Amino acid sequence: MPRRKPSTSRLAIVDRNGEADGRPIAKKDRTLDFGERWSYAPAPEASNYIKLHDRYQLFINGRFVAPKSGSYFDSINPATEEKLAEISSANEKDIDLAVKAARRAYKNVWSKMPGRERGKYLFRIARLIQEKARELAVLETMDGGKTIKESRDIDLPLVAAHFFYYAGWADKLEYAFPGRKARPLGVAGQIIPWNFPLLMAAWKLAPALACGNTCVLKPAETTSITALHLAEIFQEAGLPDGVVNIVTGAGETGGGIVNHRDIDKIAFTGSTEVGKRIASAVAGTKKKLTLELGGKAANIIFEDASIDQAVEGIIAGIYFNQGHVCCAGSRLFVQESVFANVIRKLRDRISTLRVGDPLDKNTDIGAINSRAQLEKICELVDSGLKQGAQLVQSRAHLPAKGYWYPPSFFTGVTASHRIAQEEIFGPVLSVMTFRTPEEAIARANNTPYGLSAGVWSDKGSKIFKIVNQLRAGVVWANTYNKFDPSSPFGGYKESGFGREGGRHGLLPYLTLS
Amino acid sequence: MLSAVKALTPRSRSILKSPARNRSRWCVPSVDQVMAEERAAAFARRSVKTSAKLEGLKLVVSMMDLTTLEGSDTPGKIAFLCRKAMQPLDPRYQVPSCAAVCVYPNLVRIAKKFLEHSSVKVASVAAAFPAGLMPTKLKLREVRGAVRDGADEIDMVINRASFLAGEYERVFDEIAATREACGAAHLKVILETGELQTYDNVRLASEIAIRAGADFIKTSTGKISPAATMPVTLVMLETIRDYFYETGSRIGMKPAGGIRTAKEALAYLVMVKETLGDDWLTPALFRFGASTLLNDVLMQLVKLVDANYQSADYFSLP
Repeated sequence: MPRRKPSTSRLAIVDRNGEADGRPIAKKDRTLDFGERWSYAPAPEASNYIKLHDRYQLFINGRFVAPKSGSYFDSINPATEEKLAEISSANEKDIDLAVKAARRAYKNVWSKMPGRERGKYLFRIARLIQEKARELAVLETMDGGKTIKESRDIDLPLVAAHFFYYAGWADKLEYAFPGRKARPLGVAGQIIPWNFPLLMAAWKLAPALACGNTCVLKPAETTSITALHLAEIFQEAGLPDGVVNIVTGAGETGGGIVNHRDIDKIAFTGSTEVGKRIASAVAGTKKKLTLELGGKAANIIFEDASIDQAVEGIIAGIYFNQGHVCCAGSRLFVQESVFANVIRKLRDRISTLRVGDPLDKNTDIGAINSRAQLEKICELVDSGLKQGAQLVQSRAHLPAKGYWYPPSFFTGVTASHRIAQEEIFGPVLSVMTFRTPEEAIARANNTPYGLSAGVWSDKGSKIFKIVNQLRAGVVWANTYNKFDPSSPFGGYKESGFGREGGRHGLLPYLTLS
Repeated sequence: MLSAVKALTPRSRSILKSPARNRSRWCVPSVDQVMAEERAAAFARRSVKTSAKLEGLKLVVSMMDLTTLEGSDTPGKIAFLCRKAMQPLDPRYQVPSCAAVCVYPNLVRIAKKFLEHSSVKVASVAAAFPAGLMPTKLKLREVRGAVRDGADEIDMVINRASFLAGEYERVFDEIAATREACGAAHLKVILETGELQTYDNVRLASEIAIRAGADFIKTSTGKISPAATMPVTLVMLETIRDYFYETGSRIGMKPAGGIRTAKEALAYLVMVKETLGDDWLTPALFRFGASTLLNDVLMQLVKLVDANYQSADYFSLP
């Protein structure tokens, strides 16, 4: 064989003529095929052992009691449209009973109890949540439509972590704010949304209880069941009667809490629209207020980012929990030089997302929480199409029954589109471009909201420069939708005020002197 | 280009030739370690059960390069290996043969004799396996010899010393020369990712190997720990994906070493399925380099069919 010098072709691309069979693959056909050559068999999480009650009563003064209103409403499984149970609808009399019980417990028991004793109850609750985590996760999935993967791996571990974290603060409040005396406020009225039912309950209850307050909690009407199972855990933990009261119902029940005269503090997580109404109702009263409202977060991808990982960040940002996340990265800003590359990868990536039965362990996108929410998503998507944006949608097969929306994104969006301004609260992303860091910052801040943002760059100095100019309560760098009980969370502008989580999360439940 | 360099002052010439510039000329994307590892871990959380598991396990067997790379390998040992590769399990389980056996060059001829009339290919490590530190001339002679003896596939190691010293063009040229020496044989390029250590290095080495003519890129020799890992394989699959987008050519992937259980192997399959899609779910484009993995896969497979576990004594050793 003749000796040949090693090739010095350097950067030349070896000509392979495309495929092994010699036919080159045309540029337009260079797509990946995420088909069914090898498909996963159904892998449903067992749910036959879950004991659902036919009727859920109100939890007042440590007992489950029938509502004075005498009326009930249905809780639906959004993945099957089947009725799960009946939930009590609390009226003003019920709320008054709950507030009175909370006031009694505050005066006689909870505010007098040493912090380390309060802490013991919280630790006990946290451990019981861990013990029942799987059961609670399945319930959360059945009631709200979120995937078992997320309720099992994200929601429930975080719920327990929040109780553990604030249990630790209960006897250390005097060290939390050195030189100042921390006192509880009294009775807290807490109204939470349907996107993370148990987690939001934990965010609200754990710091309030650790600080020595008692609570009247209202879960969202579509997702009340797990809060009432949490009440059973409170009973099992021996939490003194009346320290936590749970009243269920729709907006009027929430209004009843907001307007009750003997409540010292209102904490609300939900839509900006309702938040504004609460703010005006509370104005001029003695009530303290914290609001955690909507968002339209900017997720900014610079050309020097690790693109494959940034695409994962887009997925985590907008398709996590079907996009029912107030801090979802719903406005994607991509530097023009990498736009085509990012879009191609994103298009392929969303076709690997599995939509369907939320109880299946391989499902990535579960059911939309309610018919009303699905209609809202459809309405906003229609507006995007009418205003000339281009929709890219996964071809995922959607089940016949239940409320579903496939993972989608819009390109050709500008800041004047409604889909770039309004919170969609679903698995729909609006993609825009920018050219320079200055433009990225200006566009990211060009919103009435300011809850969260994301920045993707391989350059540390750039990240620090950018994040300090973003007006958002939480800014993630090279990651997205990461939560930890020790990290404060909250917004700017129309995304609300007050912080939850961390040492900051104690402040809304204390007076300092 | 080179003549232009000659016309410059010695200083600017040295800048142009410096490793830093050399690296930046390979315009490869960076890899974010945290997110890459997070993504890789997500694949292992997929639930693969019942029919999907059975089908997946058979696919794993068909993708296996059954390997023995010991100093003590003899023709006798190769006989065991080849017979096992051709028929891993009793025919009633309908298990396919392995893709290939992988041996040292001196045993290629023996292996070829056993496998001549089967679908199992003979792969040979080459290019001064495992360190890759012999002169290029000798490496190429070794490759040509293995091909002449009947090797269908050549698993070459890259020169990690050159790579880590920033001599990327030398690495490139050596792969390109080996590609030529392979003739019709398929070339798998072993990056030995355990020695490259960072994902950025893995990405760059993958890029160099592919552009220099690799048909497959392969993680490890199996002689260095860590060998194949999920995140390293993911970074290599992403390089393959980008190259496909750019050129339309499909490059193969072979994680090797350290994959010992059926469960891990299925997680790799999940990763291929969800990163590159159906086209790569074939032995033509995805292989496992392993030896102990095979019997664990067979054990799980038999359990699925017969609904009970058998001890290791019921599975023939390769």
